[in-house]
Amino acid sequence: MSLAGAIAAAIHDGDTVAMEGFTHLIPHAAGHEVIRQGRKDLTLVRMTPDIIYDQLIGAGCARKLVFSWAGNPGVGSLHRFRDAVEHGWPVPLEIEEHSHAGMANRYVAGASGLPFAIMRGYRGTSLPGHTAGVAEVVCPFTGERLTAVSALRPDVAVIHAQRADREGNVQYWGITGVQKECVLAAARSVITVEEIVDVLDPRPGAVVLPSWLVSYVAVVPGGAHPSYALGYSARDNDFYLAWDAISRDRERFGSWLDEFVFGRAAMLAGAAESPVDA
Amino acid sequence: MSYTSDEMMTVTAARALTDRMTCFVGIGLPSEAANLARTTHAPNLVLIYESGTIGAKPGALPLSIGDGILAETAESVVSVPEIFNYWLQAGRIDMGFLGAAQLDRFGNINTTVIGTDYADPAVRLPGAGGAPEIAAACKEVIVIIRQSRRTFVERVDFVTSVGFGDGHGSRQRLGLTGAGPCRVITDLGVLQPDPETSELSLTGIYPGVLVADVKDRTGWDLRVSAELSEIPKPSQSELMALRSLLATMPAGKAAGAAMTTSTAR
Repeated sequence: MSLAGAIAAAIHDGDTVAMEGFTHLIPHAAGHEVIRQGRKDLTLVRMTPDIIYDQLIGAGCARKLVFSWAGNPGVGSLHRFRDAVEHGWPVPLEIEEHSHAGMANRYVAGASGLPFAIMRGYRGTSLPGHTAGVAEVVCPFTGERLTAVSALRPDVAVIHAQRADREGNVQYWGITGVQKECVLAAARSVITVEEIVDVLDPRPGAVVLPSWLVSYVAVVPGGAHPSYALGYSARDNDFYLAWDAISRDRERFGSWLDEFVFGRAAMLAGAAESPVDA
Repeated sequence: MSYTSDEMMTVTAARALTDRMTCFVGIGLPSEAANLARTTHAPNLVLIYESGTIGAKPGALPLSIGDGILAETAESVVSVPEIFNYWLQAGRIDMGFLGAAQLDRFGNINTTVIGTDYADPAVRLPGAGGAPEIAAACKEVIVIIRQSRRTFVERVDFVTSVGFGDGHGSRQRLGLTGAGPCRVITDLGVLQPDPETSELSLTGIYPGVLVADVKDRTGWDLRVSAELSEIPKPSQSELMALRSLLATMPAGKAAGAAMTTSTAR
């Protein structure tokens, strides 16, 4: 299926959408397609909102953000995110924040079909006073006080992977992050891949998601850029550095969106997406 | 060989790490110091990044906690739920290495908001990331942070990660399994918790720095340890190792440490 078709079919205004990929395999091309299709009022879920959600937030697609670390890794602030939180631009952004361990466990609970997960964490911090979905529980066996975090159940999971086979089985490796739990927790999924292959030969540490779990697969070579796909591309650290200046200013961000998401470059990238049924 | 206060700070942090220690590393200054230790006196230091890379041996400094070089050089790569649950929460990590935007007299860390109104912050910082559980569960924690009245405050605006909470005994009452911030390393010296009160006090000072300077750049009435010692300046080999490490960073990023400074601007 084409990326545009997959996004149109899977993601609707007002949906809760989780695009995951922990530094590696971030589904940037899918994020751009969501911007092009003008989705609104999304609840965006992601451990590290990163540049991908800075773009979606700046483009006005999001009503709420659920996250655990909103920065440009190794560079500094996410300026579109900050502008939305501090000034309500372009639209106000409600936030719900957790720790990484909390978010990871919330996905695990969602993937497991449980209402919550148990962990040690949050105790003594200011986080529980400002966020929903965190509560104390007492262990029925030891009496120990522990933390419960509510399950995440997104409407849609969006991830990028190295490859799929012709049946739509998906394989990815390297830093595998929280994508498996994210896809299992979500009602639907969109997965972009670098390529379609005849056989998914084994790779060390690889995760395989069977085709019957996956809703839509679209081939988008380089679809993680400026993130990367191990074995296919390198992280474009220069772009992460450059994003600081691009995103700092509303007008410059708007020009960037026009040129690289709505504009000609995007059309060319779109034409390279070969339609694959999966 | 002349050196900067940042170099002094990074070298001091690297010296705190010993060979074969397992170390949970944040990006920026912690990653620089941990990699400096690994390339000098602690070749078997086990670097663990929250991206799930265990035993990473990067030949160049990564910009993010998930650069490809970390996965390619790691002994094992595990999922994010696994790194936090099986490895960190279970108490398998010796040392956690954190940065901070604000730190208070009991070593509590704020990386969430500046300003006391959470809903309308003066500055929105990145948030918690892995830090709360690193601070809670590592056997010990080192915090590395540039010292000023803006960063060293009486009370943090938001407790993102717990140091010693309200004071001595707080960690035990909260059920936190690790010992907490055993060392706070700044660009002026080293602070450590008082054994009786858990309040951070100055225990080490860099050559050429006056106690009055340190007090002046602390937002509370800083106690000075009776055993205050001067920390030896960086050796030539330490400086050369650090500089060649920093030269591996992407252009424009050689000073590193962005997360503790630019986000607090």
